[in-house]
Amino acid sequence: MTLERRAAMATLLAERGDDLLVVPGLGSTTWDAAAVGDNDRNFYLWGAMGGAAMIGLGLAIAQPSRRVAVITGDGEMLMGLGALATIGTQCPPNLAIIVFDNGVYGETGMQPSHTQAGVDLLGVAGACGIASRLDVRDEDRLEDLARQLKNLRETLFARVQIAAAEPPRVLPTRDGVALKERFRASIGVKP
Amino acid sequence: MSAQPGDWPDRLFETLKRGGIRQVAYVPDAGHARLIDRCRADDEIRDVALTTEEEGVALAAGAWLGGDRAALLMQSSGVGNCINMLSLARACRFPLLMLITMRGEWEEFNPWQVPMGSITDPVLELCEAEIFRVLEPSEVAGIAQRAVQYVFGQERIAAVILSQQLIGKKVWTK
Repeated sequence: MTLERRAAMATLLAERGDDLLVVPGLGSTTWDAAAVGDNDRNFYLWGAMGGAAMIGLGLAIAQPSRRVAVITGDGEMLMGLGALATIGTQCPPNLAIIVFDNGVYGETGMQPSHTQAGVDLLGVAGACGIASRLDVRDEDRLEDLARQLKNLRETLFARVQIAAAEPPRVLPTRDGVALKERFRASIGVKP
Repeated sequence: MSAQPGDWPDRLFETLKRGGIRQVAYVPDAGHARLIDRCRADDEIRDVALTTEEEGVALAAGAWLGGDRAALLMQSSGVGNCINMLSLARACRFPLLMLITMRGEWEEFNPWQVPMGSITDPVLELCEAEIFRVLEPSEVAGIAQRAVQYVFGQERIAAVILSQQLIGKKVWTK
């Protein structure tokens, strides 16, 4: 069983609360987050492939009183796999890394990713020392993940198995400076 | 206690502290060993060891989103690992302070260090980094301070290049 990506994103970000900061990864997860509803506390990525998890780490360390959710795709995560090792050594209690895994590179023509060939991102996260992990394959587990995200107390890694589909693109602004400034302003960071 | 020429990493550390740097990311490097030790021993600085330098570019962006100032320590070979991720800092104007120890430019024992060392400056310039080159121990504090002001005052990228002449040649004990 697989989940539909937009519905999964909506479930995770419903009642997100003011203290949830979201870093969607390059590509489909950025469109998903924008489709669910634009928010100043989303820092959408239009590039920096492989960097989403590390942006989340820097943000989580800087903002220990807020929760940080990196929500990215399997291809984006695979490009920055070393970040899981780095995060495993830091383990900020307020960081969740959530990978929407459809086993393909949806933006470039549905070529298979390594996860389709059996590379196990949950296993990698575990081997890197991230103790709290969730394998999400159905609605019940997705609700579990949403609950854990609300009460985040330790670094969490979740793999969400989604269908390989391409819903219509919903594009947020591409102006990186504007995205940065509005994000910082929304959490009261001084210029 | 008078300053000794070999104390320049302490001058860098003091500059980072004065500049309010809260996150220091690094790939371990012999030239940065003393600075890394100082950062690891400091309660106010979160030290983050990386698997590859580009992780540090992304970390520094996240830190700034959350209001923290970060610094990224690396050897010149690491500059090549950062090129695409530097697009993040360029596209969004994230401040990025890089402290780079040079290899492959002066009394280099290992010829494999030369290819990247020989193009470190032009690569950084192409990536819109302002270069602050240090040749003498006495210059370290002043130049590093200027770089800190440039980076966080203008939200720009700076590379403090710590020349191999400053660091001294790597001693091979074997």
